[in-house]
Amino acid sequence: MVLDPRAQAAGAGAEASATAPAAVKIRTVDATKVYETKSGPVSALESFSVDIHDGEFVCVLGPSGCGKTTLLWAMSGLHALTRGQVLLDGEPITGPRPQEIGMIFQEANLLPWRNLRQNIEFPFEIKRGKPDRARIAGLVEATGLGGFEGAMPRELSGGMQQRASIVRALAQDPALLLMDEPFGALDAFTRDEMNLLLLQLWSETRKTVVFVTHNIAEAIFLADRVVVMTPRPGRLARVYKIDLPRPRTIEMTFEPDFIAQIQEIKRAVEAGGPHALEVE
Amino acid sequence: MSQVPTELRDEIPSFEEGPEARDRGPIDWTGLTSISTAKSALEIGAIVAVAGAVFFGAEAILRLTDTPTYVFPKPTAVVQTLVGDFGSLYAPHLWVTMQEFLLGLAIGSTIGLVLAAIITQKPFVEKVVAPYIIAMVTTPMIALVPFLRLKLGFGLSPIVFAVALASGPMVLINAATGFRRTDLAKIALARSYGASTFQIFRRIRFPLALPMIIVGYMVGSIFGLLTAVGGEMVAASEKGGLGQRLVFFSSLVQMDNFGAVILIVAALGVGIYVLFYFIGKRWASWEA
Repeated sequence: MVLDPRAQAAGAGAEASATAPAAVKIRTVDATKVYETKSGPVSALESFSVDIHDGEFVCVLGPSGCGKTTLLWAMSGLHALTRGQVLLDGEPITGPRPQEIGMIFQEANLLPWRNLRQNIEFPFEIKRGKPDRARIAGLVEATGLGGFEGAMPRELSGGMQQRASIVRALAQDPALLLMDEPFGALDAFTRDEMNLLLLQLWSETRKTVVFVTHNIAEAIFLADRVVVMTPRPGRLARVYKIDLPRPRTIEMTFEPDFIAQIQEIKRAVEAGGPHALEVE
Repeated sequence: MSQVPTELRDEIPSFEEGPEARDRGPIDWTGLTSISTAKSALEIGAIVAVAGAVFFGAEAILRLTDTPTYVFPKPTAVVQTLVGDFGSLYAPHLWVTMQEFLLGLAIGSTIGLVLAAIITQKPFVEKVVAPYIIAMVTTPMIALVPFLRLKLGFGLSPIVFAVALASGPMVLINAATGFRRTDLAKIALARSYGASTFQIFRRIRFPLALPMIIVGYMVGSIFGLLTAVGGEMVAASEKGGLGQRLVFFSSLVQMDNFGAVILIVAALGVGIYVLFYFIGKRWASWEA
């Protein structure tokens, strides 16, 4: 695995032709978000520009409170930006886009008063559509949830709950999947399982995935590219292209190259601040 | 899509809960239902034995000490008049009280529930009306019954009005607590699928508030029953009612009949509790 500084790009579209020939799926341009709080304005996200291509798996990595979630919520249309914009297939996003975007939240965010099946069918109810039973059944089998459709969320482990939330999002067949630290609350073993399952589902469906995490190993393991953010206010620090071959296995994470890359990125994150913006 | 290898599956937690782990509600009143849930003959035996000891123990003490009925009625005499004279002496008055109670509760709780849903949407409105709600919750509405009699006459309506005033604010204050729970992640989930404000209310906010709404109905019902019976006691009506019977029988020192009415009122209160306990188990069990 090679760390390729030429793949880094601070600006939108700078490396579009170099890394992937695919079209840009989602693009943020000068994305800036300032929250008005009682103690004054807090800048959560500053001039963040990035291109994410069709079918690409991109991890957004940064320390806690760096604006990763703000970025993701802006991409999903749930939050308006203070300045700048988000373009989905070239169109500016002004609100939720239930047909194109699937959102997966921190923890599983299942509705505790509904059983698994009712949770998975929840988006269909909101959209007043008929649940795609065949598609749901396939996803339920693929995620190992078969036989648990009638179970309530509290009867399931954290990993199973998060699988159900992935099924809930994928059942809508969105082109873009936004994942907000989905496995942050899981133990290390379950997290590995979930990462493998996610990569398997991704290789079969080829969605565009934006995956927010603060776990460096997880980011490298999953991503085509890792976008590193600075501490608050969140700015784009560096973009790392990950050359790890696919399909990826847990064994790869024990290789010296992998560990060297973790260290490299860790230093970049810790350097933080404006220094991290200096790209050679 | 291919099958995930079984070794990737999580451990399946046991769905069985031990008897100790079972939710027994805000108050452990398993004594009331334990006849049906008791695991062993010993438990059932103990429950029956204690009930029998209380009933016949009281009877024995009253007989041995030769206590006159006007001081304390014998349990057997109370049960005798309750069963024997139920249709003639008690049922018509039970019906009057039930009408007042159910009508008042229906009116009060509906208004309370709707108001709770509205005011919690606007923090400003909530701040303005909060003192009145707290005043209504804490003021004993029985105190208003003599006044309501003068205004609304000697039929059922004054008591219905008082029951509504007693139960409505209880439903309101609890339901408002429920509606104030805003789980932003769940609302964001619904919004990400394009949910309207009404859909968010119906699919997220209302189910989230439901356990507190059920608590509000339980407390409101018990306050409503107290107000119905108490109201009948303080301001007699031509229709009667259980409260009016309590005053009537005690003034005639007919303590057997008095005891029978007390038993009916107590059974109503326990019945309300049991009813809402099971409603809560059915509709709010997710919040164990």
